[in-house]
Amino acid sequence: MTPEAQAPLTKKDFKSDQEVRWCPGCGDYAILNSVQGIMATLGIPRHQICFVSGIGCSSRFPYYMNTYGFHSIHGRAPAIATGIKTANPELSVWMVTGDGDGLSIGGNHMAHILRRNVDLKILLFNNEIYGLTKGQYSPTSPVGLKTKSTPMGSVDRPFDPLSFALGCGATFVARTIDSHLKHMERVLLAAAHHKGTAFVEIYQNCVIFNDACFEDFAEKGVRDEKTIDLKPGEPMVFGKELDKGIKIVGWEPQIVPAAEADLWRSDTHSPGPAFVMSQLHLDPAMPRPIGIVRDVRAPIFEEAVHDQLRAAKAKRGAGTLEQLIYSGETWMV
Amino acid sequence: MSQSKNPGSELPLQQQEEVVIRFAGDSGDGMQITGNQFTHTSAILGNDLATFPDYPAEIRAPAGTRPGVSAFQVRFGSADIHTPGDQPDVLVAMNPAALIVNIKDLKVGGTVVVNTGQFGDSDLKKAALAKNPLKDGTLSAYRVIEIDINKRVSEALKGTTLSSKEAQRCKNFYTLGLMYWLYSRPLESTLKWLDEKFVKRPELAEANKLAMQAGFNAGDIHELFQGRYEVHACDVMPKGTYRNIMGNDALAIGLVTGAKLANLDVFLGSYPITPASGILETLSTYKNHGVITFQAEDEIAAICSALGAAYAGHLGITSTSGPGMALKGEGMGLAVSIELPLIIVDIQRGGPSTGLPTKTEQADLLQAIFGRNSEAPMPVIAAASPADAFEVGIEAVRIATTYMTPVIVLSDGYIANGAEPWKLPKIEELKPFPKPFLGSVPEGGFLPYARDQHLARPWVKPGTPGLEHRVGGLEKAHLTGHINYEPENHEFMVRMRQNKVMGVRETIPTPNVFGDSTGELLVVGWGSTKGAITSAIEKLHAKGRKVSSLHLRHVWPLPKGLDKIFGCFQSVLVPEMNMGQMARILRSEYPQHNIISYPKVQGLPFRTSELIAKVESLLEK
Ligand SMILES: Cc1ncc(C[n+]2csc(CCOP(=O)(O)OP(=O)(O)O)c2C)c(N)n1
Ligand code: SF4
Ligand SMILES: [Mg+2]
Repeated sequence: MTPEAQAPLTKKDFKSDQEVRWCPGCGDYAILNSVQGIMATLGIPRHQICFVSGIGCSSRFPYYMNTYGFHSIHGRAPAIATGIKTANPELSVWMVTGDGDGLSIGGNHMAHILRRNVDLKILLFNNEIYGLTKGQYSPTSPVGLKTKSTPMGSVDRPFDPLSFALGCGATFVARTIDSHLKHMERVLLAAAHHKGTAFVEIYQNCVIFNDACFEDFAEKGVRDEKTIDLKPGEPMVFGKELDKGIKIVGWEPQIVPAAEADLWRSDTHSPGPAFVMSQLHLDPAMPRPIGIVRDVRAPIFEEAVHDQLRAAKAKRGAGTLEQLIYSGETWMV
Repeated sequence: MSQSKNPGSELPLQQQEEVVIRFAGDSGDGMQITGNQFTHTSAILGNDLATFPDYPAEIRAPAGTRPGVSAFQVRFGSADIHTPGDQPDVLVAMNPAALIVNIKDLKVGGTVVVNTGQFGDSDLKKAALAKNPLKDGTLSAYRVIEIDINKRVSEALKGTTLSSKEAQRCKNFYTLGLMYWLYSRPLESTLKWLDEKFVKRPELAEANKLAMQAGFNAGDIHELFQGRYEVHACDVMPKGTYRNIMGNDALAIGLVTGAKLANLDVFLGSYPITPASGILETLSTYKNHGVITFQAEDEIAAICSALGAAYAGHLGITSTSGPGMALKGEGMGLAVSIELPLIIVDIQRGGPSTGLPTKTEQADLLQAIFGRNSEAPMPVIAAASPADAFEVGIEAVRIATTYMTPVIVLSDGYIANGAEPWKLPKIEELKPFPKPFLGSVPEGGFLPYARDQHLARPWVKPGTPGLEHRVGGLEKAHLTGHINYEPENHEFMVRMRQNKVMGVRETIPTPNVFGDSTGELLVVGWGSTKGAITSAIEKLHAKGRKVSSLHLRHVWPLPKGLDKIFGCFQSVLVPEMNMGQMARILRSEYPQHNIISYPKVQGLPFRTSELIAKVESLLEK
């Protein structure tokens, strides 16, 4: 037993000695604060936790956590995290990435970590922009966005991170907002307790290069009307008075009075309903979905890997040097 | 050559010192299996040997065409053997394409065994032959043995349940049987192999056995040959236990051995690519040794997963070939920056781009040494032969863990797929070099970038209480490892990493000179040219030529003492399967010496005769 496991940890224990260097007002601060807060409640000693990231403003995150940390190269955090978790399944592994890091240069790795269902948590900070390289558009930027590399507006169609994750077979998919602290905490805790890859998209405001891009629905005054918080097992209702609801009729979601709303199920056999809901806001009349979109169980990659090692050892005995070298057909001279 | 009576046969038995056979057929004819079986049996008989499989990049190029020809050459003998031989004594040609593609290599006066059952008009047409080479004088310089193998196999398998198409797939075992007869080899090892291979389809095992026996019997019954041959066990091989081994397997075993000696578990991250896939496949069978293999989504993920595993305290390995090396560049740079042990295996093949996937080359040398952005020094070592790959595997682990550095291991297609007898080391002679992890805060505090006598930083496993720290690719401050952009610190760290890698020199030996230590010419090789160079030098010595050779295992940093050795020769000749990359390195490291490049870039290894001719031309000048 380590001393840490005995004394309960506080948020402060998770702050590293490094000076945080995001721009003042950046949404990353709130996320850091939330993550440090929930970490203290998980009962996992600091030395068992490892944060892994790629490159980007968001990917500086591990430096600020007083845990083990690995700030890697652009887009490759999923591969590095897979190596860490597979080598040592005991660790609690958290991955931090951005919309460019995780979905552009690292899109391939993201797809594969999600399908493999490695038991780790992915936090994708989506600011719909490349922050660290000073403001070019990203694969989540809306069509028409004027940025340094799109002076006449972007012509790329963006994709939705939740739909992407669902398409990859992710077993836990959720969304939250940097400015919605209570919600963020709830979603992060649910992710922390999920067994398997948990994919959490966090809408994160970049004050410098894409300020207020989520304001239309994330701003406190309109949030209740313009977002719908998907809570597994509860009716899909929204609005300041929780008077409106969503019902999926045929294949189309419709706004109905709260009493007629469907119950939200994040564990359906098919990810179909989750997919429909993840695309809800493509209809401008509809609220933006946040909360837990999918939460199912599937075999864990690294457990299957280690089961095979154990099975091989049980069958053939733990390999010795002698067995390794003196195998196959040998002869004497 | 002595002659004696051949027991059980009327035909005379002749002794031969060594023989080179090339089996050639269509890619679908099973020539690689035939060659491997012949090799295996000869190895167990105690012959020294070397093999050269040569097959097309396409799995099944159009049947019967020249691009579809697959060949396997084996040289076996009672003397010391270093190469698969320049020219075959015997060529087995299963169809016209195989004959026409390979006949030019056969020794004048050599024997060619032809399957006439495959020489119909349509077969000739597929091989783009206007005339039948059996009839137009093409083979006038050779002894031709014509057999209708198709027909003989059909006859032999008449009583079985196999369809005629299935029966024809046993042709290669008929050929094998015939060669076993000709060179007086026992069938047992192959019979056993067939039982294991076809454990679920015993009728196929039976059919192939029948075909092999028919081929074996044909030698006596049909008097195709004037006699049989015997090639005695090699008597110059050092005493010990041997096993026949291919380069990829030897390297895989060497890496796992190295890990065991370092007291580490292996994690391999890899993405399939010819000719490196064998490493992934072999390591995936070592699960009971605790080896984790991860087939990643691409080469970038492969190296990154291995680096993640290294961070977690495993021996991280990634294996690939040239195109994959290109993709791994950024990951290698990260490994240099965070100073963790990692082994990057590059089984070189012909390039650029996809190039010649199944052919050999040594043209990734400069890429291995320098091919990363910025100052990213890394030790590079190269295997010289299939068996040598075992030792190189161990050496890579030693360097990587001693110096906390990524290490590149260069092999090539010729080593990867070639085979030779491997003298197994005595287990007690393998010296452990356990790698300690830092387990607690040292006196004076924990500094992730503190240095030991080898300038290596401590290795800390996440999960160790009290040593939580962050690593990354940003430049870090000396000792603390905190992010640091100061100009002086950067230069300090660049020099530190450089000095650490160059310091590997202190723990590697100066290579021996083969031959006199002074003279006119020193031949310097690295990697898979060793066999051909050694053969050439032996033959040149027999002719009384004053020439010596030296072989480099450590290609970066180069070992100490080369300057002095080179200084004892008028010139240094560097044969290599590239445009002169090692010669370029040697010229820049040792500008005072006369370095002569001898490049060959045909996707083929050097022939001994080519090297002899080159050396003689230089000595005569
Ligand atoms: C191989 C490589 N290509 C490009 C870059 C430059 N680069 C650094 S971060 C970044 C984009 C970051 O955007 P995002 O992932 O959205 O993170 P953010 O900064 O917005 O948090 C780019 C293009 C790099 N570091 N490495
Ligand atoms: S550039 Fe944007 S994302 Fe990056 S730190 Fe500044 S505000 Fe945050
Ligand atoms: Mg971004």
